[in-house]
Amino acid sequence: MSARERVAGGTANFLDERTGAAKWMKKTLTKVFPDHWSFMLGEIVMYSFVILLLSGTFLTFWFDPSMREVEYEGSYEPLNGVKMSAAYASALHISFDVRGGLLMRQIHHWAALIFMAAMVVHMMRVFFTGAFRKPRELNWIIGVALLTLGIVEGFLGYSLPDDLLSGTGIRIAEAIIQAIPVVGSYLSYFIFGGAFPGELFIQRIYAVHILLIPGIMLALITAHLMLVWYQKHTQYPGPGRTEKNVVGYPLMPVYMAKAGGFFFIVFGVTAFLGAVAQINPIWIFGPYNPGQIGAGSQPDWYMGWLDGLVRAAPPIETHAFGITISWNILIPGLIIPGIIFTLMAFYPFIEQWMTGDKREHHLLDRPRNNPNRTAIGAMSLTFALVALINGGNDLLATHFDLSINQIMWFSRIGLIVLPPIAFVITKRICLSLQRADREKVLHGRETGRLVMLPHGEFIEVHEPLSPEKAYLLSSHEQLPALEIGEADENGVANPQGIKGKVRARMSRASQEQISKPTSQDMLELEDGHH
Amino acid sequence: MTKAIGFLSRYRRHRFAGPFLLFSALFIAGVGFTVAQAATEVKQELTSVDRATLIAEGKEIFARGCSSCHGLNAEGAGAAPSLIGVGAASVDFQVATGRMPMADMSQQAMRKEPVYDERETAALAAYVASLAPGPAAVTNEELAWERDGNTAEGGELFRTNCAMCHNLAGQGGALTQGKYAPTVMGVEPRHIYEAMVTGPQAMPVFANTVLTHEEKLSIIKWIKFVESEPSQGGAALGRVGPVTEGAVAFLLGLGILIGIAVWLTTKAR
Repeated sequence: MSARERVAGGTANFLDERTGAAKWMKKTLTKVFPDHWSFMLGEIVMYSFVILLLSGTFLTFWFDPSMREVEYEGSYEPLNGVKMSAAYASALHISFDVRGGLLMRQIHHWAALIFMAAMVVHMMRVFFTGAFRKPRELNWIIGVALLTLGIVEGFLGYSLPDDLLSGTGIRIAEAIIQAIPVVGSYLSYFIFGGAFPGELFIQRIYAVHILLIPGIMLALITAHLMLVWYQKHTQYPGPGRTEKNVVGYPLMPVYMAKAGGFFFIVFGVTAFLGAVAQINPIWIFGPYNPGQIGAGSQPDWYMGWLDGLVRAAPPIETHAFGITISWNILIPGLIIPGIIFTLMAFYPFIEQWMTGDKREHHLLDRPRNNPNRTAIGAMSLTFALVALINGGNDLLATHFDLSINQIMWFSRIGLIVLPPIAFVITKRICLSLQRADREKVLHGRETGRLVMLPHGEFIEVHEPLSPEKAYLLSSHEQLPALEIGEADENGVANPQGIKGKVRARMSRASQEQISKPTSQDMLELEDGHH
Repeated sequence: MTKAIGFLSRYRRHRFAGPFLLFSALFIAGVGFTVAQAATEVKQELTSVDRATLIAEGKEIFARGCSSCHGLNAEGAGAAPSLIGVGAASVDFQVATGRMPMADMSQQAMRKEPVYDERETAALAAYVASLAPGPAAVTNEELAWERDGNTAEGGELFRTNCAMCHNLAGQGGALTQGKYAPTVMGVEPRHIYEAMVTGPQAMPVFANTVLTHEEKLSIIKWIKFVESEPSQGGAALGRVGPVTEGAVAFLLGLGILIGIAVWLTTKAR
């Protein structure tokens, strides 16, 4: 035994005798994970979160979460002598007078944007491949909770430096709180400790931003990962992959190396952006003052769609029984997001209800093989995208010489008209792709080589697919639509009534498929001419 | 003579002959232009006789270039407002920034290469000012923004009075129906001042009772500071805030990371 082995073995033995870790480690380190680039999207989210924790901690060393009025005396000359909150002054201090402070601020902000972007793309992957199906519904709900918390957390962080842009965001948040019927104004007084802006909100936001929400998010991320661990990762279909196995590489050493390396890559890319691209130049914006406002004030992108919805709302307000209700804020600011997030969280159960498929699934769907779900996803993204575009309508207007009113009208109509169009088009594309898959399996790949037969006929040579490829294109299952009749054979009306009818309709829509090639089809082909 | 020709023919294929000729040509052209420009500069001091000629000249230019819309006597018409009493400041702003004459009858006159040179602009301004009293063009002595302005105060004033249309960083913003507040970056201090005094197009007039002369100079000083300020922390991304930042985070940040993820997983096969 070499000296190295003796030291390593001794250490391992020491730990094992005291913690019993060896058994657990042996099982854990050989755990297998499937390999695909889209499975690394969630990793980007997690690593960005770690970067946010680290850079955020750095920022807390100098940030002063106080609205105490101070006179700025730092190295940014054009603000010298200007009265501002201690929070803004300390954010300027971090930017100009702390070594590496501006870089860290920019890394923190870029990491936040990438965190949210990666989270959304990760969710899209999970949605379009059906990874949320039983037994992973809970993990999907945790994901929706994390997305919601991420939006709130990002918004609070955007509000902390107390510059004119961030204060404007808080002002809009105040308006949305006030739009809640009956309790809105009381709630606003409670949150801001009196009339807006008061002298409290920075320190309150600070506590929530650095303690409460990150704590909840950390707990949820842990639960999210533990569930992935316990339920095992899903995998794409392919030869040798079934609902009962996981094909991939062991955690140690392959994934340890990959994941560890990928963390540094994510950190590197974020630091690169922080070093070369300016983000949120608060010193230009000046300190927050409720009497001032800037054209082109925008939220960060993950709030942009909400801003776009509010911008699209027509000015409707009612006064009844001494209560004013601002529908123009209430509907786009609270009701529509509430509906969207609720539907999103419950979507796994909605789909189970529509298809009647309550079985476990560990093999992922190719998006084309579930046209209805893919179309629903495309529809939702279209809605969000139109809303997001309207969130930047003023910049579109100035940069592309357009009229802001026309963009607003485009968005108002587009929000209602474009999503259904996206649904229909996506569904048709999926079905066409299924048809193409069927063709490929039955007749092979078109090679583009034309051959003239002795009697003068031209044919195109089709190359048969490899068995693996053919398996991939035909291994998915196609469920029949639910049979929910209006009445049974005795003429007794279905007790589900209208609910049953809706469900039958939904089920038919979600099972609309091009029937995949069966072994029967193959046999007929072999018997036939071809 | 033969000696010079011999010299030329000997060195005509020298490898520095081409660059030398190019350099000389550029040098001569540059010097020529500078001299020509200096020779045509407008004299500031005007006698009453000069002024009369200038007005006559302005009237002439007006009749040719402006009267089709503004009327033969600047009385205005359906398409264009009357110019009686708008003053020299207004004419100088509109003509010297290229807004007038308008390229087309769209939502708003836009900044472009001026059509008239400095002397012609001065002539037009003198003519319009002669019709009725109005805000006079600002002189260089009055415009001592570097001496009389205060950057920090200018920033505060800009945020209070200008940012709601022109954006916090002075990048401009959208108004209704395709109108817009243009960017204030790269505008001559004289024109910023004249815009505040005359309130062109959708802009309100900031009279001396609203913003004093010194306050206007402070605003100019702040704008000029922001314009020349080095972009701290990297590329400024157009200084239009979170919209471009979001696009960069998605396309550059997440794009690179997904590219690397694809690369990492293909390498494994």
